[in-house]
Amino acid sequence: MPDKPKIAFYWCASCGGCEESIVDLAEDILEVAQAVDIVFWPVALDFKRKDVEAMPDGSILATMVNGSIRTSEQEEMAYLLRRKSQILIAYGSCAHMGGVPSLANQFSREQILRYVYEEAPTVVNEQKVRPQPRHQYDGTALTLPEFRGLARSLDQVVEVDYYLPGCPPTPKLLKQAVLALLSGELPPKGTVLAPDVALCDQCPRKETKPADLQIHEFKRPHWTQIDPEKCFLAQGVVCMGPATRSGCEAQCIQGNMPCTGCFGPTSRVRDQGAKILSALASPISAREPEEIEKILGGIPDPVGTFYRYSLAKSLLRAKVTR
Amino acid sequence: MEDKPITDKLVTSADWEPLIVAFFCNWCTYTAADLAGVSRMGYDHNVRVIRVMCSGRVDPQFVLDAFAHGADGVLIGGCHPGDCHYVEGNYKTLRRYHLLKRVLRDLGIEEGRLRLEWIAASEGEKVAKTINEMVEQVRALGPLRLTRRFKEWDAELASFEAEARSEEVATHA
Ligand code: SF4
Ligand code: SF4
Ligand code: FES
Repeated sequence: MPDKPKIAFYWCASCGGCEESIVDLAEDILEVAQAVDIVFWPVALDFKRKDVEAMPDGSILATMVNGSIRTSEQEEMAYLLRRKSQILIAYGSCAHMGGVPSLANQFSREQILRYVYEEAPTVVNEQKVRPQPRHQYDGTALTLPEFRGLARSLDQVVEVDYYLPGCPPTPKLLKQAVLALLSGELPPKGTVLAPDVALCDQCPRKETKPADLQIHEFKRPHWTQIDPEKCFLAQGVVCMGPATRSGCEAQCIQGNMPCTGCFGPTSRVRDQGAKILSALASPISAREPEEIEKILGGIPDPVGTFYRYSLAKSLLRAKVTR
Repeated sequence: MEDKPITDKLVTSADWEPLIVAFFCNWCTYTAADLAGVSRMGYDHNVRVIRVMCSGRVDPQFVLDAFAHGADGVLIGGCHPGDCHYVEGNYKTLRRYHLLKRVLRDLGIEEGRLRLEWIAASEGEKVAKTINEMVEQVRALGPLRLTRRFKEWDAELASFEAEARSEEVATHA
């Protein structure tokens, strides 16, 4: 019997949600497990890094890596898995665009470490001990990975073949991707494996989005009684739909929550935040600077809102002076 | 994303000169800049003018891209309120400009590096004055030089790559 194609999963700076989404394949996972050999999946199977190192280069058909890249160890694993795999897939918005962890690119390494190890209200650390990459203890050298100055998307570290978008990707998209891998009918390298149209196009509320949209006020979703039938933007609630790729089947919208942009932009857009900025600012009803400023006050954290999943891949990548 | 920086020389030389990218509307500011030229009104040569059909054509991505490619400042020139050829274009520009300024501030790019001015076709001297003012302002702020900063940020990666190779040689020896 010929060998089954080999597949691997790995996580970097990840919340675990992407791993969960693989398990969410539910009974389909059996189908997948029958068709492929899962040769590495630290969250679920007891294979070690040395097992991967022992594999011949290019022997894994495809590896899906989730999470952004923040430490030297994650870089190392990205290099290793790149070498061992014919196809490397960035799985989920963190690997795709930096994701939520890359919002930390608004702060310096020092600010982050100081807060996490010294200043956070739940921390007691009178000696101000910080993790050190190298430490001698009892005659033994202990090491820890380096914490890098920036969070990065997978493709800012190694070459990536495909992207599965979403926070996390839906089981349906994963299944389609696995089937495509097995059939060998793959789109051109670099493709994001989801439809290349904006979410508005597939949104059940699109008929209620006015062609001559006028925004008089931005309302925060948690302070607003939201009409479950009407386009969020028409209600003055920030919705990332116009600047976000579809493929999620508008799950948030169906749960009466606006889109927050996790699928990233369509292929024609280079900077998702700038795109939503245009879509939100242009229809503001005011013409005087003071009035415009007043309405914009309804978006207290534009970077966190517009680049929630994509700061690492934005044109500026990070706060310039950190 | 790997496009060349606007000019390598300007972003790497020690004797730094501010580099301003200017998006001028064809119907007003661009014509005014022409007029300023024809009337021999001197203005700083640190500006690279890009003609657009309306200030409303200036996608905020263009502004970010200019910074990302080495611009130290970006200037947008459009028709006065009420005079836009496409009626609403400059109002849209104004609204986007206010929101973009907030985003830039939060991402550490100083206010003075982005400016929007309404300049009519007849106002040649206003073009010269605006450019000169902006060059001075940006000079005072100092270089932004994102192309160089990006390289510095990624230096930590490059050094790792070499290290990883040598370690591997060691472990496989
Ligand atoms: S993409 Fe979302 S679900 Fe996946 S690791 Fe990142 S934050 Fe978690
Ligand atoms: S803006 Fe949001 S709610 Fe409105 S049509 Fe687009 S995705 Fe749907
Ligand atoms: S035509 Fe000049 S700003 Fe619109």
